[in-house]
Amino acid sequence: MSDTITNILLVGVGGQGILLASEILSEAFMLAGFDVKKSEIHGMSQRGGSVVSHVRYGKEVHSPIVPEGEGDILFGFELMETYRYLPLLRKGGTVVANDLRISPPSVLLGQASYPDDLPDRIRALFPDFLLVDGQHLAAEAGNVRAANTVLLGAVAKQLDIPDECWHKALERMVPPKALDVNRKAFQLGRAL
Amino acid sequence: MKEILSGNEAIARGAFEAGVKVASAYPGTPSTEILENIVNYKEIDASWAPNEKVALEVAIGASFGGGRSIACMKHVGVNVAADPLFTLSYTGVGGGLVLVVADDPEMHSSQDEQDSRNYARFAKVPMLEPADSQECKDFTRLAFEISEQFDTPVMLRSCTRISHGKSIVELGEPATGLPTPKLVKNPAKLVMLPGNARVRHPFVEERLLKLADYGRTAAVNRVEMRDTELGIVTAGVSYQYVREVFPNASVLKLGMVYPLPMDLIREFASKVTKLIVVEELDAFIEDQVKAAGISVTGKEAIPLCGELTPGRLRAAFGIPGAPQVTVENLPGRPPNMCPGCPHRGVFFTLNQLKAYVTGDIGCYTLGFMPPLNAMDTCVCMGASISSASGIVRVLSDEEKKKVVAVIGDSTFLHTGVNSLMEMAYNKAPATVVILDNRITAMTGRQDNPASGWTLMDDSTNAVDLVQLCTALGIRHVRVVDPLDLDQTRAALQEEMNRPEPSVIITNRPCVLVKREGVFQKGLVLSVDQDHCTGCKACLKIGCPAIEWIPAPDGKKGKAKIDPLLCNGCDVCRQLCKFNAIGRAQ
Repeated sequence: MSDTITNILLVGVGGQGILLASEILSEAFMLAGFDVKKSEIHGMSQRGGSVVSHVRYGKEVHSPIVPEGEGDILFGFELMETYRYLPLLRKGGTVVANDLRISPPSVLLGQASYPDDLPDRIRALFPDFLLVDGQHLAAEAGNVRAANTVLLGAVAKQLDIPDECWHKALERMVPPKALDVNRKAFQLGRAL
Repeated sequence: MKEILSGNEAIARGAFEAGVKVASAYPGTPSTEILENIVNYKEIDASWAPNEKVALEVAIGASFGGGRSIACMKHVGVNVAADPLFTLSYTGVGGGLVLVVADDPEMHSSQDEQDSRNYARFAKVPMLEPADSQECKDFTRLAFEISEQFDTPVMLRSCTRISHGKSIVELGEPATGLPTPKLVKNPAKLVMLPGNARVRHPFVEERLLKLADYGRTAAVNRVEMRDTELGIVTAGVSYQYVREVFPNASVLKLGMVYPLPMDLIREFASKVTKLIVVEELDAFIEDQVKAAGISVTGKEAIPLCGELTPGRLRAAFGIPGAPQVTVENLPGRPPNMCPGCPHRGVFFTLNQLKAYVTGDIGCYTLGFMPPLNAMDTCVCMGASISSASGIVRVLSDEEKKKVVAVIGDSTFLHTGVNSLMEMAYNKAPATVVILDNRITAMTGRQDNPASGWTLMDDSTNAVDLVQLCTALGIRHVRVVDPLDLDQTRAALQEEMNRPEPSVIITNRPCVLVKREGVFQKGLVLSVDQDHCTGCKACLKIGCPAIEWIPAPDGKKGKAKIDPLLCNGCDVCRQLCKFNAIGRAQ
């Protein structure tokens, strides 16, 4: 095993299932034999607030948070939040984002507008940017709320983790009644 | 067996492995999940207490009875629990007692930034500080052993990044052979009147010396010799940042942050060319190291405010970090009260009535944010009512009428009861609104003495808030439906005008409480686009389900309700003068 640490950031809006997605990721990394650390903030910043979760894996991980500018993969659940956290990424890092807009309070009130060129702005900084229609694929899998698992599948494609680890992690972390939908959602993301 | 656990889950596991009998806490971010996980171990009697002082006193009782016990709280909770803590330091323990405190550097979810290490020094009790989840579990077990070996309560300090961070933990077997709790009379040790306490104080001082000596050789403090050019003394999560940023430096990793093993530090200092201390918040270690005459740097470079990150640590010592892209400014995304939250209409009405609102700690503190803008002060739990009681003493009769204290049910039972007692007793003419949503919502919906449920999920006695307020001496107590704006406004106007203390209790549960249905299922509102005049009245309640859609010409616009977010609370419909809001088809 090399000494490299892989740094993953999951960003979005409180209530989108970011915690669960980062738990599934962490579980898969542990099952694959890596050291793994995960850190996020919850509490007041939970509902409707901006959320970022850090997952790091490798032979030995120290800091539970990704050092600024060293993120390898940014995994965005919402467009504006994806753009907001780009400074955490290293140059040439990977961005995978859900094509979803959730308006913050100032936009709801008509005091600010939601930028409509965010995919272009992200692509200008990170040319390999992958924009995923997560809602649509989740609906196809059977539940629009499984968009987080679609994204997880898309990210899994970028990581060298054995298939059985992903499947076992899903089994352990997803409630049994939602497992079938999540398995499908994961495969749809993986096939992108 | 290995599992990925958060620091809080690992502390709970450590308590289980240590054979803890009793656990008590008041929820507070980032400490809340410790008890929520302890409750999964059926061997432990776990319960929510109305506040941290009571939680610690419950643990003290169990310890005096010979059982191992644990009390958990966030940093500001120790302020509330400080009174018993200081005397507990004198009495010592029966069964081991551990007080877990979770600090919140950066104030992700707190009203101030406190370094709880100062409490350990102030109360003269040892403090352990884990640096990852494995240590959270191991140090919790160790804390009970130290507690019994040295006859002392032990503080275990976590912080947000440790409590809410996850890492791999090797699970262990629970301890066996612990003594069975029983009553033992020992008033000379447990009755702290002056004559007995004077005898105990020298014991406390001597205990600290013995603990410092223990720390000199104990495995909990660890020297990692690498390159001797730079030596770093550090503890807790800061250790992880040190390893990230200075991988080649020698490190003295302290697991016991009070009392400090000064001989060990001196020995380490003598082996390295340059010595620095890396710690979050206060210069707690650094000041003591300097006082011992050892030359060291730390807070000259490292900020006193906020949490450390690898980047901030690099910046402090002029080490270049990775290049970062810059992005243009975006609209902020602050947290918000949920769609259908029963507090929203109350704050809207308080704003309309131009009330001066003394606020408190809970979800409803968000009532200060635009567009509601209906909170003027917020200090600590319980302070809403007492500050209202104080401010009316300096105001004119006309201004007194504007003062309204708002407090949640859980916060009211935490320390608000004392404040209301004072207000009634001293006849302070202010209005108190108890926002009773039947739950401690802010920290993730924990039950409290008014909710009717215990942590173990058994139904129990629920405090009758009306009778309680009446018993405290409030003569005017009324209950209103906060989703009925006219009723809420009329009640507030009447009570604000009354020249004596009064209480209004709102009666709608939190929308996230599953036990009680708040709204009729499927009742969703929508905006009739033909009737909407674009007056924006409905936007004034700041509901996340209502969005302003500008017209293509950019001049006018109309409101729209997101059917996926709307909970059908009906408050926005009451604001629309043009009957444009109604039930969705």
